[in-house]
Amino acid sequence: MREFELGRAVPRTEDIPLLCGRGRYTDDIVLPRQSHLYVLRSPHAAARIRGIDTAAAVAAPGVLLVLTGADAARDRLGTFASRVQRRRPDGSANFVPPYRVLAFDRVHHVGEPVVAIIAESIAAAKDAAELVEIDWEILASVTDTAAATAAGAPIVWDEVPDNICFVYPVGDKAAVDAAFARAKHVVKERFHISRVAVNPLEGRTALGIYDPRDDRYTLYAGLQAPHVMRLELAANIFKLPANQLRLIAPDVGGAFGMKGSAYPELAMVLWAAKKIERPVKWIAERSESFIADHHARDNVSTVELALDDGGKFLALRVATIANLGAYLASMGVHVATNNLGGLAGTYTTPHIHVTVTGVFSNTNPTCPYRGAGRPEASYCIERIIDIAARATGIDAVELRRRNMIPAAAMPYKTGLTFTYDSGAFEKTMDMALALADWPSVAARRRAAAARGKLYGAGVASVVEMAGGPADIPLEEGIEIRFDATGHATVFAGTHSHGQGHETMYRQFAGHILGLPPERVRLVNGDTDLVFHGRGTFGSRSASVGGAAFLCAAQKIIEKGKLIAGHLLEAAALDIEFAEGRFTVTGTDRSVDLVEVAKASFIAQRMPRGMELGLDANAVVTPPGPTFPNGFHVCEVEIDPDTGVATITRYAVVDDVGRVVNPLLLKGQIHGGIAQGAGQALLESVVYDPGSGQLLTGSFMDYGLPRADDLPFFAVASNEVPAETNPLGIKGAGEAGTVGALPAVMSAVHDALAPLGIRHFDMPATPERLWRAIREAKPPSG
Amino acid sequence: MAEVVEITVNGARHRVLVQGDTPLLYVLRNDLELNGAKFGCGLGQCGACTVIVDGEAVRSCSVPVALAVGKKITTIEGLGTIDKPHPVQKAFIDEQAAQCGYCINGMVMTATALLQRKPRANDGEVRQALAGNLCRCGTHARILRAVARAGKEMAQ
Repeated sequence: MREFELGRAVPRTEDIPLLCGRGRYTDDIVLPRQSHLYVLRSPHAAARIRGIDTAAAVAAPGVLLVLTGADAARDRLGTFASRVQRRRPDGSANFVPPYRVLAFDRVHHVGEPVVAIIAESIAAAKDAAELVEIDWEILASVTDTAAATAAGAPIVWDEVPDNICFVYPVGDKAAVDAAFARAKHVVKERFHISRVAVNPLEGRTALGIYDPRDDRYTLYAGLQAPHVMRLELAANIFKLPANQLRLIAPDVGGAFGMKGSAYPELAMVLWAAKKIERPVKWIAERSESFIADHHARDNVSTVELALDDGGKFLALRVATIANLGAYLASMGVHVATNNLGGLAGTYTTPHIHVTVTGVFSNTNPTCPYRGAGRPEASYCIERIIDIAARATGIDAVELRRRNMIPAAAMPYKTGLTFTYDSGAFEKTMDMALALADWPSVAARRRAAAARGKLYGAGVASVVEMAGGPADIPLEEGIEIRFDATGHATVFAGTHSHGQGHETMYRQFAGHILGLPPERVRLVNGDTDLVFHGRGTFGSRSASVGGAAFLCAAQKIIEKGKLIAGHLLEAAALDIEFAEGRFTVTGTDRSVDLVEVAKASFIAQRMPRGMELGLDANAVVTPPGPTFPNGFHVCEVEIDPDTGVATITRYAVVDDVGRVVNPLLLKGQIHGGIAQGAGQALLESVVYDPGSGQLLTGSFMDYGLPRADDLPFFAVASNEVPAETNPLGIKGAGEAGTVGALPAVMSAVHDALAPLGIRHFDMPATPERLWRAIREAKPPSG
Repeated sequence: MAEVVEITVNGARHRVLVQGDTPLLYVLRNDLELNGAKFGCGLGQCGACTVIVDGEAVRSCSVPVALAVGKKITTIEGLGTIDKPHPVQKAFIDEQAAQCGYCINGMVMTATALLQRKPRANDGEVRQALAGNLCRCGTHARILRAVARAGKEMAQ
């Protein structure tokens, strides 16, 4: 059996350069005469710009160029698009704030770019920035999600006096209302899902080059989807043909969805590079990242669940306010509205209705971040089920079991938007409970109590849509190109920034084409080299990238059969391909793919009239989305004296369909859990309500999970192949986060329940837990 | 005011023309093209810039180059080579500890400094030592295994 095949735990082949300091991230690229961009940003959450005086900055030592919003208007730069449109209550299309490269006459959040200063060094640019004089008229601002919808709230955009961008209802309201009316039990709770700052360890970067010889622009940047960004910059900002731009995403130090948004700095470096005919580099500083990156999540959801007296879910009603921020990030509206189907969860709930109100506020725009709406949906349904369990007296696991969609019911049309193709939810749950040794929780709880600690165990059964959207899934492009020495290059429209794609595509090549890994090279992230791509996000690279790879490989095999037939003097119809060899059926006469590839470049060896070379390109739209799912079990111990919550055990069984590589999978699950746990226990972006100033502006205020925060996780798989993917792959990138956010909070609530605390919003930081515990307990003595 | 500063990095002496208060990180990257040490925060809060100075793990973004004069500086490029990696680098590969790779320099250098002093450091000591190194990809569990594995080898 070959080592590089689907399902094998092959170690990553891309690690050695990274481990030896030979990675090439954007800041590692140094070009002759490169200059540096510093962005002067708004210090105010809302203000009118009465005037900007840049004269002193322009004259400062080392300064090459100073640009403002007036320059952008003069140069007729466009604005960034919002890719999803929704409607206001009166039926009109939602307002799309003009998301400019530099602020024109007003600013709408702290950190909004106002002046671009390009200089010989970053120090010179920063010194010059201090000489810029801006005449501000400070306006009232609102940052809190619910407060933005209150009557009399400060108006973020004059065009939208009520701050409501859209109202999006989904589901059958009448059926839901009727079900609630006849329900035996109704539980209701209001959840605040916190705002988080993504903070990949490599911040945002951009290096812009203009080449006057070719009249062409090149942008190196940390990007997840270079082709998509090329179109955005070409069509929307600069009004240029797409082939006048080349975008290259080199090594990227983490993205998690945040680097999929279009940002002003990407345009600034290209715009400036043309003006001064020198490369322009911008590297975000960390405190800058907090005020300049798109943030994530930030919802307030009121959730109601109706049950009958046997604990069957009759209906679910959800009203969510989603904080979009001051501008619409490229996919901001997507996050708030396209993954609502996940509210059906793994359950048979027949009637579901959701209303999402998207609001503007004077905050950073919100964008997709690992899960992009799915952790939020799972959180709502899993938390309300836990609350229903306590209200009805039915065990939380048993309540889930009674309502789980049976495997025999697949494909299953849920009570909301999704139809699941496959899934064995109950078996996955039982496997996870066994992995967690669920029956022994009680003993651990007693042992902790004996030490004076609170102890909680929580679960989450989660399912998400990946590789969507459901109606017409997004495409992916893969080209497989052989060269004259019989080596193959895979040009992929996806982008690897931690997921191990080089190894993954080598496994596809080994499994489908029988090629050894040393004969396969991966090229991704370069729009000049890769014909077309959609990018890496949304747990889609293995599934959709795999589907496209399969299609391209099949074309290779088809042409290969014709060449092999010619070489073996047999009809192509009599040629079989297996394990990398073309064989004349019923004989031992064969030739391998490598030999066929070499021959394809030699006219004398090819069938007369056939084009030379062995190369195939496929841009594939898969037949439907996939539904990765899993069951998570988390245990926490809380020290009531300090409020510190520690995750003591964590077990998860995931169904990501056919597993490509268990090592890569576990890495993704671990990372996803760390991010879900981080939001549950540590992270929160906080604004000062009065001034709109960001209070959490550095790693001293904003807690990321660290080495001493997380235990080892037990991870196992229940492989139920996807029916909507030719390789059976469902996708794994976000599954850990979708489950961990509800599972960790479920455990925290279980620990707090004996104190009579029914509901506690994230984050469960030591200070917040300590306060809640104090307030719940009557003082002793 | 720029001045000539002489520093010893990975066994080689370099003379660079910089201001004495320039953080060591920028001198390594901009003047010596040693890009292994990464910029993550510039404030000593994330650990991505870690190098070893006279045996101690140091956040090079927060150390003025003048303070590194006369000391022995080791960067990740000086630990091992692609053909002959250092035990810590090899352990990280064997335990599959890298994802995006950006925190790896800091993790490897911090771990190496610890293990050079104390190859038998226990799990708690390793966790403590690495507490100042952030990883957003969340590979902490494998990093800890890798450090434990390297420690075993270096203790021999």
